[in-house]
Amino acid sequence: MNGRLRWRKFVSNFMLTMTGLCALIAVSVLFFILGYLVFHGGASISWNFFTKLPAPVGETGGGMANAILGSAKLLFLASLFGVPIGFFGAIYLAEFSGSTTAFIVRYAADLLNGVPSIVIGIFAYSLLVLPFKHFSTLAGGCALGLMMIPITLRSTEEFLRSVPGALREGAMALGASKWRTIATVIVPAAYRGILTAVLLAFARVAGETAPLLFTAFGNRFWSPGWNQPTASLPVMIFTYAIAPYEDWHRQAWAAGLVLLGLILVINIVARGILSRGISVPR
Amino acid sequence: MATTSTTVPGPSPLSTSRSFLARLREGDEIARLITFLFAASVVLLTVLLVFELWQGSALPRHKFGFEFFRTSTWDPIADQFGALPFIYGTLVTAAVALILAVPLGIGAAIFLAELAPARLSDTLEFFIDLLAAVPSVIYGLLGVFIVVPLMRLYIQPSLKSTLGFLPLFKGPAYGVGFLTAGVVLAIMVIPYIISVSREVLLSVPRDQREAALSLGATRWESTWKVVVPFARTGIFGSIFLALARALGETMAVTMVIGNTPTIAASLFSPGYSIAAVIANEFTEATGDLYLQSLIELGLVLFLLTFILNGAARLLIVITSQRGSGMGNA
Repeated sequence: MNGRLRWRKFVSNFMLTMTGLCALIAVSVLFFILGYLVFHGGASISWNFFTKLPAPVGETGGGMANAILGSAKLLFLASLFGVPIGFFGAIYLAEFSGSTTAFIVRYAADLLNGVPSIVIGIFAYSLLVLPFKHFSTLAGGCALGLMMIPITLRSTEEFLRSVPGALREGAMALGASKWRTIATVIVPAAYRGILTAVLLAFARVAGETAPLLFTAFGNRFWSPGWNQPTASLPVMIFTYAIAPYEDWHRQAWAAGLVLLGLILVINIVARGILSRGISVPR
Repeated sequence: MATTSTTVPGPSPLSTSRSFLARLREGDEIARLITFLFAASVVLLTVLLVFELWQGSALPRHKFGFEFFRTSTWDPIADQFGALPFIYGTLVTAAVALILAVPLGIGAAIFLAELAPARLSDTLEFFIDLLAAVPSVIYGLLGVFIVVPLMRLYIQPSLKSTLGFLPLFKGPAYGVGFLTAGVVLAIMVIPYIISVSREVLLSVPRDQREAALSLGATRWESTWKVVVPFARTGIFGSIFLALARALGETMAVTMVIGNTPTIAASLFSPGYSIAAVIANEFTEATGDLYLQSLIELGLVLFLLTFILNGAARLLIVITSQRGSGMGNA
């Protein structure tokens, strides 16, 4: 083996090891984040965190019960607004539309998907806060729902399309009308994929903070109904992390652990559903 | 990611051959109309969003015109609004992020696509996907309590003592600033670069690798001189995507950039970004001109990400089509 070849082999092995190192670094970030949050958040999490209102400044203790409920309400509203539009829109794209309409709708959805979340916040503000002159759960929920639409729409459409044509033709051949075919054959066949799409969209918006800053705003107390500003976990993490109080930092870690735990669990469940097959076997 | 517009044409011949009335009776036309309304509302909302941004920023657009982007006074009391420091901060942090994230991300993608056995590659990709799902406020939280102290105590002093002769690494080490924001952004966009680049690399036809290896190339030479150039357009697409994300990122940047409108050559200096100033000042903006100036910043951000995302999608589609086209031939 001459020197030149030995050098080339060395370069090859060296560079390939480096790429392995890159992958290792990238993945270890996840475990670092998880470990750090479990370590810091775990120490500050307590029963009070889930049941008590935030304590006044200077007083220790207290919890984030209002933020947890606020987040739940916001996400409920978001799903109520985002999922139907995404789901039925996807049915239109996959089953009914011509190619030009489909292109326009898809283009709009992709555009919406790329809009920075802070800009979504501005949009929701000028549409749902400015006319009513006050921040509200409603505005925050709609902002999050708007972000769910493109994710649900695009993946649902893809899963509907992956249903084998034979199923469609079989239903049609039995004399079923088109909507009956869709409702009783195609959607049930793709339900795992659709469920995954909805769950991933839900997990994506569950941690969004920027669109809530000037729609749902924040609240130190309970927020009755849908028409008042409300606290939410992500915004609480933000305000508590940049505040100068040691006790608030501990609460922020605890909230971070709860939020990240929720999001990772939903992600893992969603991917678990998908790994058992998108739809019925081809 | 690629648009599948070729499969399943809309109405099948079966349904068009029946009369409109028959289809109406069976409910098909109603189902079509209802689902159409939902699909149309997506387009409507998008158009409305652009319209609101345009309409909402009318005052500063007329008053300042192009000066808005060229001046750097941001003084709500004197009603003077110039966006230059924010644009500068956004671009600088995004550039730092890409410089750090691109080599690491592409390296990891090469490992996942070319070297790792399928099982390991899928497992690692699963972790990368989870990493992409971590919300930005969590990155901000870790940024404030880990990256900022690390920067102030270790990284910035050591950079200053080794590369301090460069204007980039001068000035006091505050911890917060352009460099810190860039580092946090880099960590955030790496998963996107890895996922998309891996996908693109996997779509490179097998013959390409085999041809290079059979000519005597080493494994690395075949990867670096054949596979990566083949997938180049798609990898650029992944970088554009990451850039769009970095420009629009709000929470993590707001928490670590220092929130001071400055234009300074030093990366240690605290700065401000477009998204951060909107997040911090929007609820406090008194007066129409102030609020609308912030909305105009939102419009700028929207246009930047719109262009970058469009370019990214185009590049990725081009590469994956080229890959499959060559594979079939």
